[in-house]
Amino acid sequence: MAEQFVGRLSEFEDGARQIVKLGNTEVGIFRHEGEFFAYSNYCLHQGGPACEGLTIARVEEHLREDKTSMGLFFSETEMNFVCPWHGYEYDMKTGECISDRRLKLKRFDVVQKGDDIYVVA
Amino acid sequence: MDLIADRGRRVTVEELNTTKLLAHAAEQARDRKFEDVMIVDCDAHHYENENFSEILPFMENDVFRQLTMSGRAKGRHSIVPGQIGYQDMGGRVTRYPLRNSEKTEPGRLRDAQLGERWMDAMGVDYSCLFPTGMLNVGLHPQKEMEVELCWAYNRWLTEVVLPEHHGRFYTQLALPISDPDASLRQVEKFGHCKGVTGFMVTTVRTLPVHDNSLMKVYRAIEERGLSLAFHSGPNWGEPVFKGCNRFLSVHALGFSFYNILHCTNWVINGMGERFPKLPVIWIEAGLAWIPFLMQRLDHEYMMRPSEAPLLKKKPSDYMRDMFYSSQPMEIQDMDALECTFRMINAETQLLYASDYPHWDFDLPSTIWDLPFLSEKAKHNIVGGTAARLFKLEPRNEAQKQNLIKYGNYTAG
Repeated sequence: MAEQFVGRLSEFEDGARQIVKLGNTEVGIFRHEGEFFAYSNYCLHQGGPACEGLTIARVEEHLREDKTSMGLFFSETEMNFVCPWHGYEYDMKTGECISDRRLKLKRFDVVQKGDDIYVVA
Repeated sequence: MDLIADRGRRVTVEELNTTKLLAHAAEQARDRKFEDVMIVDCDAHHYENENFSEILPFMENDVFRQLTMSGRAKGRHSIVPGQIGYQDMGGRVTRYPLRNSEKTEPGRLRDAQLGERWMDAMGVDYSCLFPTGMLNVGLHPQKEMEVELCWAYNRWLTEVVLPEHHGRFYTQLALPISDPDASLRQVEKFGHCKGVTGFMVTTVRTLPVHDNSLMKVYRAIEERGLSLAFHSGPNWGEPVFKGCNRFLSVHALGFSFYNILHCTNWVINGMGERFPKLPVIWIEAGLAWIPFLMQRLDHEYMMRPSEAPLLKKKPSDYMRDMFYSSQPMEIQDMDALECTFRMINAETQLLYASDYPHWDFDLPSTIWDLPFLSEKAKHNIVGGTAARLFKLEPRNEAQKQNLIKYGNYTAG
């Protein structure tokens, strides 16, 4: 399996992201809460740069026991990244499209060798 | 530039570069050899509100011109009715908040440069240019101001904007339809201008489009061999939508709602019989509303033909005589979409539209990649039908041969 150098761990801040070419495709690598996640940079909707937009917490609506709404809140645990073309949102930890979790971006492995970070084709 | 996301965390995003943002669209265009295919976008937009200082001097009435320009100079006042909306989705659609950061070359109209960037990326040869904020002009409480705004915008567009686009932008000019006499005057004034292929009614309004006072306007457009478009939009202020608590709901319903309203009046009042040579185009409501309305009107008409005595065929037959823009194409259920294409005779009646740069734009590949379309249908929808309708020239020999092959070459 071919490995593509992404960057140095010491230079890859938490919350940062990089886009790398991997053969004929592009991969987005995120560092989120100390972990690395890498996904195809082609949105499953119309092929937009899925990994190049905002990262933003998932929006939740909380209900009381009587089913009345408490309103909208940002999730304390779930982070999404958003395709900047149309707003398709993907779960940072799974690559699933949060509007339809049957849709999932292709995931790539990320390996660390010393201070170097690689993505695996 | 920083965008605020995630409970206030700032995310640094580079300045907007449309060519870079749409790099994947350019890949799609190359892969599909769109250079050989004439692609016409029948609904694209610019932000005319960024150019009011250039537009307003074209107002005819001294008092209205002074009134609006004075207010603009002080950075206050709304000239066109605004809409509550969150098109940028809280910055998720980055081209909205970053728009002003995009660099353009000095000395050329910014609109022209931005337009060429996204058209080149998508492989689009021609685009029909429409305004954005002015789509609400039908909500203006002053009829006189609607007339003045349309007049000024139409002059600016035909005298300044279109000449800078080297013929790649054309338009259907906004009509101040609340004033039939003024509308007729604008058809007479601008109907012959280069790049003007017809006129457009903004449908965010409840005016009856079948009113007797408007017949002279439609006749004037038809006599000139031009087209008439109805461009839809959302309106949270419409009483029926005041119960909606999400922009998603208002947006999903509003575009369809206004086109359904006006298309119903147009069809049931026999406008297709009165103006059989007038090409009518319904813009930016997607496609799902059309089969609904066809079935609904046919069902009622069969029982109540006495209320639509001008009709010589079913309402759906008149609807199949008209044209529809493709965007935003509901592509969630392929069987339903295929049925819709069959019901509207998409091969001859559907026109590709991007709606770029708005948030729900469609690329040409949304049409090109549909598994159920013939090659002829693909070529017709992405540009061939529009080339024939608007008399647009192919931009290279391969495009010309494809237009000839599918019976769409009318120029030259």
